[in-house]
Amino acid sequence: MNVLAPNRTVGQDPMVPRSFVIERVRKELSDTYTMDLVPRDGLPFRFEPGQFNMLYVFGVGEVPISISGDSKVTAGISHTTRSVGKVSAALNALQPGDVVGVRGPYGAPWPVADVHGMDVVFVAGGVGLAPLRPAIYWVLAHRAEFGNVAIFYGARTPEDILFRREVQQWRGRFDMTVHVTVDRATGAWSGKVGVVTQLIKGGGFDRHNAVALVCGPEVMMRYAAEALGERGMPKQNIHVSMERNMKCAVGFCGHCQWGANFVCKDGPVFSYDRAEPLLSIWEL
Amino acid sequence: MVDVVGLDELMKEHNFFDGFDKEALELMAGCARNESFRAGEYIFKSNSDATHFYIIRHGNVSVELPVPGRGRITLQTVGEHETLGWSWLVPPYRWWADAKAISLVRAISLDAVCLREKMEDDHELGYRLMQRFVPVLAERLHATTVQLLDLYGLPGRA
Repeated sequence: MNVLAPNRTVGQDPMVPRSFVIERVRKELSDTYTMDLVPRDGLPFRFEPGQFNMLYVFGVGEVPISISGDSKVTAGISHTTRSVGKVSAALNALQPGDVVGVRGPYGAPWPVADVHGMDVVFVAGGVGLAPLRPAIYWVLAHRAEFGNVAIFYGARTPEDILFRREVQQWRGRFDMTVHVTVDRATGAWSGKVGVVTQLIKGGGFDRHNAVALVCGPEVMMRYAAEALGERGMPKQNIHVSMERNMKCAVGFCGHCQWGANFVCKDGPVFSYDRAEPLLSIWEL
Repeated sequence: MVDVVGLDELMKEHNFFDGFDKEALELMAGCARNESFRAGEYIFKSNSDATHFYIIRHGNVSVELPVPGRGRITLQTVGEHETLGWSWLVPPYRWWADAKAISLVRAISLDAVCLREKMEDDHELGYRLMQRFVPVLAERLHATTVQLLDLYGLPGRA
């Protein structure tokens, strides 16, 4: 992966953010918001599904956030952020018209452009659906080039289903299958209750000719990869998106070192044959 | 003319019975029958005798417990091609939760007393059935453990 982001010209300092204006804010869940950002310089912003940006809340700090919008749209970008710390909480308190700094895009993308002709299985847990959404958009935009497309999504409760309206739209399509389960049923939920790995057992993909893109909490990704493996999917066809303490995002500072890798530039997307040995070492 | 399919043939379609020979399937089919449950109907209730276990052929079942002050809590759902119920294997053979049909459910039910007798008489059959059930139990335990971890929640959030 080229460290120099595609939106930068040669010689531009990768540590200097571009300023973006918040155009729109949507509350997705009680603690999760999607922001649509447009660049103040009017230049296009290009990224590949799975990449992330460093978002800078001026006076507070910088945080790595996956891009959750459509990579075909270059006039702006979308980020879906859950309030988990000081910077993300400050980010979610911003309003339309406020300005943030953006460095990126960074990181290795989901390999959607390299898997034509294969079945594609998306396995998402919680807000892990956000980094997968650009890949889902990409596959649906090139639908005829893929085999079966399946989404297996696990959420905490029915109220925690991210992008609910879109999930329902995807579920209504005739050219893909969408299975949703929740850990805890509430209210009038009449769907599945249980862990997302149980959905994988249902299959719906050709194990010899399928690729899986998995994103969610680390433990969930490990179990999902094991369930896919039990269904016969080779480890090199399973891809997971890792999350570590990324600071510089260009492989200089070492904060996100994970074994011999820097998650910011060698990842965040790793094939499971590379990730598995490291996932079992809790100290990493 | 209507083709009549024997229960042993229906059982053969379910992966739970993969690897059982015709003789064993016929033996177990002697304890089996076809059942259906309307949406909302209880298949069994907690603390009642665990007289059967079920292979779900169609529909979904909610396994739930009534919790005072919190209503009925769904612990898991069981769908097509899955097995429902393991309390019939463990003394005192009583259900520990309720099972309710969420939609129309068609299932093969197996009589627990009949099957336990056959397992006692034929240890080979008993061993092979236990080989099928232990992974089901392990999977349910594993799923429950993962649910308890509350992986999608934030630390400190109830």
